Amino acid sequence: MAAPAAAFEVKTLSPPPPPRRARGVLPGFGLTLGYTMVYLSLLVLIPLSAVFIRSLGLGWGHFYEVVTAPRVVASLRLSFGASLIAALINVIFGLIVAWVLVRYTFPFKRLVDAMVDLPFALPTAVAGIALTALYAPNGWLGKWLLPLGIKVAFTPLGIVVALTFIGLPFVVRTLQPVLEDLDREVEQAAATLGASAAQSFVRVIMPALWPALLTGFALAFARAVGEYGSVIFIAGNMPMKSEIAPLLIVTKLEQYDYAGATAIAVVMLVLSFGLMLGINALQHWALSRHGGR
Amino acid sequence: MIDDKRRRIGREYFWFALALIVILMGSAHAATVKLLNASYDPTRELYEDYNKAFAAYWLGKSGDTVTVNQSHGGSGKQARSVIDGLEADVVTLALAYDIDALAVQAKLVPDNWQARLPNNSTPYTSTIVFLVRKGNPKGIHDWNDLVKPGVAVITPSPKTSGGARWNYLAAWAYALKQPGGNDAGAEAFVKKLYKNVPVLDSGARGSTVTFVERGIGDVLLAWENEAFLAVKELGADKFDIVAPSLSIVAEPPVSVVDKYVDQHGTRKVAEEYLKYLYSTQGQEIAAKHFYRPRDPTVAARYAKQFASIPQLVTVDAVFGGWTKAQATHFADRGTFDRIYGQ
Repeated sequence: MAAPAAAFEVKTLSPPPPPRRARGVLPGFGLTLGYTMVYLSLLVLIPLSAVFIRSLGLGWGHFYEVVTAPRVVASLRLSFGASLIAALINVIFGLIVAWVLVRYTFPFKRLVDAMVDLPFALPTAVAGIALTALYAPNGWLGKWLLPLGIKVAFTPLGIVVALTFIGLPFVVRTLQPVLEDLDREVEQAAATLGASAAQSFVRVIMPALWPALLTGFALAFARAVGEYGSVIFIAGNMPMKSEIAPLLIVTKLEQYDYAGATAIAVVMLVLSFGLMLGINALQHWALSRHGGR
Repeated sequence: MIDDKRRRIGREYFWFALALIVILMGSAHAATVKLLNASYDPTRELYEDYNKAFAAYWLGKSGDTVTVNQSHGGSGKQARSVIDGLEADVVTLALAYDIDALAVQAKLVPDNWQARLPNNSTPYTSTIVFLVRKGNPKGIHDWNDLVKPGVAVITPSPKTSGGARWNYLAAWAYALKQPGGNDAGAEAFVKKLYKNVPVLDSGARGSTVTFVERGIGDVLLAWENEAFLAVKELGADKFDIVAPSLSIVAEPPVSVVDKYVDQHGTRKVAEEYLKYLYSTQGQEIAAKHFYRPRDPTVAARYAKQFASIPQLVTVDAVFGGWTKAQATHFADRGTFDRIYGQ
């Protein structure tokens, strides 16, 4: 990389360049980095540190007491567990949706493609109410599921349904461009070399998709962990059973317990951040292993 | 033809709009006062009517035009918004605890705010009744029918809904007032009742939707005004209202927010706005919206429209006021947390 750049500069710049600034190909690194830092600080860092500072008001002993209360632990387990399941479902079915949308042409394809974005655009409360109406015991779908012994609305299963709904676009939209870029000739080459369809899927297509799939997973998961509006209608909100962590935060606020609310928020933040770091590391590993771009 | 007609209509609209603009510009010069009333959810229709009546009254009395803007939401959420800087001139909330919070958390009102207006600053009251499905198929007549096996009770979580705290206290008071009743017995009774609750919505309107639209549950614990509204809006052929033998007087209080009225210079009109709630006309409007009026003459006139409940108790008499009730029952590790085994 360095050699061609140097050659390029020597050829085009007739006056000798300032010695230290010779390496930047794109201008304005200092400016954009400064802007990035200010922007991120204003938008992310300062509000989040406010959360941390507010929870400090509790003192360590009390903080520990709040976040290890059985009801809080149960809600955190539910929030992260349901989000994980929902993100996994989205990875599998989102991949299929993206595949169909990229690889095949069929009537109303544009319409179907636009439909994928609906969970983005819909106010989450509307989504929650619609899903609850659908899956309630007297709803269009709930009515048929009930005789089979499947209850969706007002159970943890309902939470997974809501979180799957809101997470779908994240996986589809991250996969689509990668699938479009995928060279079909590589698959054909694999076929001519005697690879079965399954083999070329696992060994040729999947390695190129892993990084995007992980990104989609991470986005869908992160979105699901913080979701409140749609879940609250379908969850039933029973303590220890179907109560999500964001609801407990709202509950604490309702009692003017700002410190307790932020304590739960801090735990969610730390857990989410840890998981995101882990997913990023996994992605890095997938990239380096498969040499994808 | 059609085109011509459309053009004519268009022209009419144009003149109408122009006239409106002229009128609005003219009125901008007259004295106008703006008030913001932060209220809780089910009072929307009540205050829409009341604001009109008050505006007419105030125009006649002082010559000033007053516009009252409304903000609605869960009672606790509204109190938090005001604490966090929503500059409401008056608050009209679901329970005294939420206005107490304005005093305790942010010193927006003095500690004795509730003594400033008659009747504990509560111009109208309500009570907790049962809304059951038409014909009352499960035979629900009193609180002790709610703990029977196979009866599904719909009520919001008292942790998140201010209104639902009245439901909880009413059930508690019922058990307490039974022969040989005591706190331990009341806790066991309430625990049994909440065992029959399949869904804990976060707010009162959410519970109404669960009961009415989703068809879940046999009985909805509701404020009397909400129950009447549900029957009126959704048809008397679907639901019946059942009055229990004992219930609690739900007192939604009102207060001026001292810090903000002094900043805005609206103290006088804001105080009048709340006082007028106690006038015959204010009481009439409250009664029309199924709130129980305080004024005995108005109350007598509307007595027939309300459920007849033999015994009505107050939070002050049975629970020693809201601060104490909140600490005992709804704070962390209070009785509500205990009945869910925490």
